Amino acid sequence: MTPLIEVENLTLQFRTDEGLITAVEDVSFTLMKGEVMGLVGESGSGKSVTAKSLMHLNARNAVYSPESRITLHTDTGTVDVLSLRTPRELNVVRGGAISMIFQEPMASFAPAITIGKQMVEQLLLHSDMSKGTAKSVSVEMLDRVGISDATRRFDQYAFELSGGMRQRAMIAMALSTNPSLLIADEPTTALDVTIQAQVIDLMKDLVSEFGMGIIFITHDLGVVAQTADRVNVMYLGRIVEEGPVREVIRNPRHPYTQGLIAALPKLEDLDAPLTPVPGDIPSPLERPAGCVFNTRCSQVVGEECMALVPMNCRLDETHSVACHIYREAAE
Amino acid sequence: MSRSLIQASGLSVHFPIGSGLFVKQLLKAVDNVSIEIEKGSFFGLVGESGSGKTTLGRALLKAVPISAGTAHYDDGEVAYDLQELDGAELKDYRTRAQLIFQDPYAALSPRMTVRDIIAEPLEVMGLTKGRAETDERVREIAARCRLNLEHLRRFPHAFSGGQRQRISIARALVSGPKFVVADESVAALDVSIQADVLNLLKQLQDELGLTFMFISHDLSVVAHTCDHVAVMYLGRLIETAPTRKLFEAPRHPYTKALFSAIPSLDPDDDKTAQKLAGEIPSPTDQPPGCKFQTRCPHAIDICRSQEPALETEDGHDVACHRWKELMNLVAA
Repeated sequence: MTPLIEVENLTLQFRTDEGLITAVEDVSFTLMKGEVMGLVGESGSGKSVTAKSLMHLNARNAVYSPESRITLHTDTGTVDVLSLRTPRELNVVRGGAISMIFQEPMASFAPAITIGKQMVEQLLLHSDMSKGTAKSVSVEMLDRVGISDATRRFDQYAFELSGGMRQRAMIAMALSTNPSLLIADEPTTALDVTIQAQVIDLMKDLVSEFGMGIIFITHDLGVVAQTADRVNVMYLGRIVEEGPVREVIRNPRHPYTQGLIAALPKLEDLDAPLTPVPGDIPSPLERPAGCVFNTRCSQVVGEECMALVPMNCRLDETHSVACHIYREAAE
Repeated sequence: MSRSLIQASGLSVHFPIGSGLFVKQLLKAVDNVSIEIEKGSFFGLVGESGSGKTTLGRALLKAVPISAGTAHYDDGEVAYDLQELDGAELKDYRTRAQLIFQDPYAALSPRMTVRDIIAEPLEVMGLTKGRAETDERVREIAARCRLNLEHLRRFPHAFSGGQRQRISIARALVSGPKFVVADESVAALDVSIQADVLNLLKQLQDELGLTFMFISHDLSVVAHTCDHVAVMYLGRLIETAPTRKLFEAPRHPYTKALFSAIPSLDPDDDKTAQKLAGEIPSPTDQPPGCKFQTRCPHAIDICRSQEPALETEDGHDVACHRWKELMNLVAA
């Protein structure tokens, strides 16, 4: 398999009135072509910010560290994403090679422009299609994602569509430019479970059909289990565990991942007590020294947890974890 | 003394659509719902958006007008007919029935200190005789919700989601209610915090003898906290049973579909058999017969013409023409 996008040592801070806030720290991962990668974490863990930097889409007060590197491999060559500056250059990643689906489909469509017009507009921007072809491609895409009566829907506004339908239209729009990477930021969170199941099935079908890479951002481990091949667990801007989805869910190694899975109410065992991860996620202004999870960890092994940032320990070829517990095992 | 705190029968909430003299249409948000909530229970209400669960909760708090049917409240001290309630009695009911909101970020005023936020219901309802008494009650409930004196002096922006939700809970409970409607109270929280708030609600229920109506779209949360569950679809109650019975053997095809739609933590578990097509119809444009017939894989002619009534068997109610037949089918 060939790599699609490589993220190396991504560190991202935001300049604010209260000083520099670290949102992402030393994050590295590689996504292969045709692979679905889950990015899991709670609010404030930096998962959305990480995804946005792949499209160089963060606000202007974002400061990338000099070591940060994001390399995108397209059919026409490699692109150093963070060096792109002008809107023209950025078009390659924004909507060209990379598309994004957002959480709230109502907020992502312009309310006063028809769905069809918005779809055609982006096709005209990113390809050399004529208006007529763009329209027929759009209608065909709407049909592909299971929107019945696509010609009529094409001329409707976002508010005329139901939540599930809007999210399907959003997916159709994201896929119509034929991107090689799709970023889905909590695409099913705003949907009801029965609709969520439909959208997950649709996305699975589309992966096998179009063969693009997908980064699936979610806080729901169940959704990740059903969609992703590999998963990265983030906490307070760092990747704490990384591995194949089966491994990470069945055999979680980082105390945070273990806590997350234990906190999930499970339908198989109604008598099991709910065990919260103690405490709250610290504010990014008060990032703990040493391991970022040390304020809530129940398995602190000693001084090093408070003072030293844990190295990434490889447990086997595919599964790695950043925790002092496993340091000896790795050495 | 009766065992049920809330008893509603044939309860409906209809909203007229369109203004002026001629009301063209009725939006039936809740239609002909009968439920009984036992004292001291944790009663779960489940359904997708648009199913009417929030409206039902508000109707029982008398926060929206009841269009038809009856609803009674009886806590042993007082008994009220919610339809008739007004004046001093309504004011008293407000102290006895309270609501915890979904979004702890939107529910708390950013300009008030936590102490003032929690004290406000006491002051508005005139429940205390002076500042000293107010302070004491605020401190007492705050301590139960694990908020200390230092927290009371601060403003909401300084708190995390879980802490904010504990402030909302303290505010709802400060007037000493018996009946609390928790509307999606953990939906906005992260998983690691959610369990903490759920455990707190259970603990408060024990300590203060509360009765909860817990509205949620998350079935696994409901399964773990509630002792009785009711499932709603398009304003109708379609199934209700003790939690264990419902989760072991759901009878309504919609409930079954809801269960199978929950994404499983097991990556190899592929529950494709029961996936539902389509979406919940608009409440202004309801299908004839069974409300679920447009999405039900088992619908036959009778489902399209006649609305099923709620049938009770073994303390498990279900509104479906074919449930017995379908249950036998699975067993065979």
